[in-house]
Amino acid sequence: MDEKKSAKIVLRELQDKIAQDAWDAKNRGEKVGWCASNFPQEITTAMGIPVVFPENMGAAVGAKGGGRRMCEYAEGMGYSSSMCSYSRINLAYADLKKCEELEIPFPDFLLCCNNICNCMIKWYENLALELNVPLILIDIPHLDERECGPDRVKYIRAQFDDCIAKLEEITGKKMDYEKLKSVMDVSQRSSRAWLRAVGFMSETPSPFSGFDIFNNMAVACVGRGTVEAAEAFELLADEYEANAKEGKSTFKGEEKYRILFEGIACWANLSFTYKALQRRGINLTASIYGPAFSFLYSNLDELMAAYAYVPNCNCFERELEMRVDAAKTNKVDGAIFHVNRSCRNWSGALYEMERQFAAQTGVPTVSFDGDQSDPRSFSEAQYETRIAALTEIMEENKLRKEAGKNA
Amino acid sequence: MRECEFFVQLCASPKAALDSAVKAGKKVIGVMPYFCPEELVYAAGMLPFGLWGAEIQASESRRYFPSFFCSILHTTLELGLRGELDALSGIMIPFSCDSLKNMGTNWRYGVKKVPVINVSYAQNRKIPAGTEFNLAQLLKIKAQLEEICGHEITNEAIAAAVKVYNENRAAVLRFSAAAAKHPELITPAERCAVLKAGYFMDRAEHTAHVNWLSDILEAAPESSREGYIALVTTGIIADSPELLKILEDNRIYITADQICHESVPCRCLTAETEDPLLALAKRTGEIEGSCVLFDPGKERGHQLVKLAQDSGADGVLWVMTKFCDPEEFDFVPVKRMLDAAGIPVLCIEVDQQTPELGQAKSAIRAFAEELRGI
Repeated sequence: MDEKKSAKIVLRELQDKIAQDAWDAKNRGEKVGWCASNFPQEITTAMGIPVVFPENMGAAVGAKGGGRRMCEYAEGMGYSSSMCSYSRINLAYADLKKCEELEIPFPDFLLCCNNICNCMIKWYENLALELNVPLILIDIPHLDERECGPDRVKYIRAQFDDCIAKLEEITGKKMDYEKLKSVMDVSQRSSRAWLRAVGFMSETPSPFSGFDIFNNMAVACVGRGTVEAAEAFELLADEYEANAKEGKSTFKGEEKYRILFEGIACWANLSFTYKALQRRGINLTASIYGPAFSFLYSNLDELMAAYAYVPNCNCFERELEMRVDAAKTNKVDGAIFHVNRSCRNWSGALYEMERQFAAQTGVPTVSFDGDQSDPRSFSEAQYETRIAALTEIMEENKLRKEAGKNA
Repeated sequence: MRECEFFVQLCASPKAALDSAVKAGKKVIGVMPYFCPEELVYAAGMLPFGLWGAEIQASESRRYFPSFFCSILHTTLELGLRGELDALSGIMIPFSCDSLKNMGTNWRYGVKKVPVINVSYAQNRKIPAGTEFNLAQLLKIKAQLEEICGHEITNEAIAAAVKVYNENRAAVLRFSAAAAKHPELITPAERCAVLKAGYFMDRAEHTAHVNWLSDILEAAPESSREGYIALVTTGIIADSPELLKILEDNRIYITADQICHESVPCRCLTAETEDPLLALAKRTGEIEGSCVLFDPGKERGHQLVKLAQDSGADGVLWVMTKFCDPEEFDFVPVKRMLDAAGIPVLCIEVDQQTPELGQAKSAIRAFAEELRGI
């Protein structure tokens, strides 16, 4: 029966299964961890250690309307409203021990990785204290040059090995290095399939609505080391390919304009942010989330480096190049930059990014203020105005281009 | 006291100190928070110059940083964009927090005249691989500094610089302890100026001046300190003139501090060994009490409780730098530790761009009254 299911359904079911597996493991008395989204999942997958992802919880709670309530609870605990909303939601959950939108099993250990931000370190330090569980950190220092040099690879590798030893001690499970190799192979298969799927955004029209990426990326984040995930992404890529051949798309309506959306989605305002684009015929055809959850490597040292090349860990020039390449490959007409109140790492050089991006691509850009899960930092009116302005410019550019062709 | 005038004057115009050093033929390297290897700059014969923001209104920097970034970064970048730091031969910017990770980029594109020296250090700082990583970074930084100063930085010079810095850190702690015994002689603003001046002058000279002042304080007749409230301060920086004046007006003195800009780096000396670079690489693994260094057991909280207890403080003043998320994360668990130890704590928010502290004034007055049992 499975072959008749769409990739969307398969991915959703897989996401639910991964979450349920963690609960089942917890109920069986197995040790379960809370894990950073860009932690090298190869370790836990190969060791058969169930983990859940507080960042995903933050996004899901935000999307289901609980962001404000949970953030306000954290602020009542003494946390500042200017802190990352994922962390506030999760720290509130750690204290409350309940959340009506989504619950995850409580951890026996924590796996932290700061390649996406140092905020992760502070957040997990507090969890370790609050929940009285051990914390393992894999520190991946921000890249100070384009390539991840041997000094960094060596440092990350030492922590990778150290983490395995600590996890063996905590969980009583042993690392099987043959299994690790096969997980690495499967992860490559998933990553390639994910990249192949999102690569169809370059087709005109794109065979899918770019916002689909936001829905599908959860599995890319949490399950890419499993065969089921690899197969689901292959199915997704096949569907997009078929759509492209038939000129079909999951985007509703005519794709009049194509844009790059920079930054994390505003989960609490996802519908609003999507509809304001969709009704103007604007499809998201470029996003950093494509490469964000694909980790390509052929050996362990390259695996270490791959985790240093995640968005927000790279030097600025490499980050810029990734956006410019995505914009050019996917033929965007404009770009939207989300100045995310929650994420200082992502927002701190965004104005410079926008300037240089606009100069290199020649497309119009707008920015708006928002937040990944706290709706209080998002203004519908500001977003509408900015999108309207961008649409006007894209429209003018289009007319000018057509006039040029006809002249 | 008039003996503090030298320090107060120096802190009143860091720019004058910068220009004067450059005029005297000295190359100057800007040093941003936190824990940059200043010793290498000193060993190169250059002047390390602390950059911890300024009490100015930032406007140009808003083209780079959104509003929800701390004033230390906004105002330092603002000074750079205005050209006020053009005399620097380089600027060391570490990746200590998410905001600082972007400072280097914004500086490189905004302030093209002053090259950036990136400073990376291991967060997993207590394992050998962390030290090894730090050592590799120090070698890179050393090479960049050698390019700027135009000569090799020898091991002997680094060892000598390590000694100068160790002596300076010891002098700072000695002064802090001596000042805590004489609130009738040293105001909070003067205490701050004495510590802060070290960021703008030769450290060996600073040591001599500070030790001279400590000699005077230690020789002064014992003070009963009656009517004063003793507080330990904690945070990133606590040099707001308005804040220090409020403390003085409420007869509050600082009996010890856990401020990154003040004593935090001083509590950790560098081992004076045959391999000074390795000793420097190990040092960041040994510093405690800072929110930007991996601290899984919140050693910061334990250290703060001990500081308050050992110094006989009446309470703790948390000087919260606005929009500093590492501090904001630490506040909740560390406050809980203080509460458990029965140590009263007051948190006030400071922002270099809004120097008026109306609300803080009332809060500090109320806190002082509470501690006095009024």
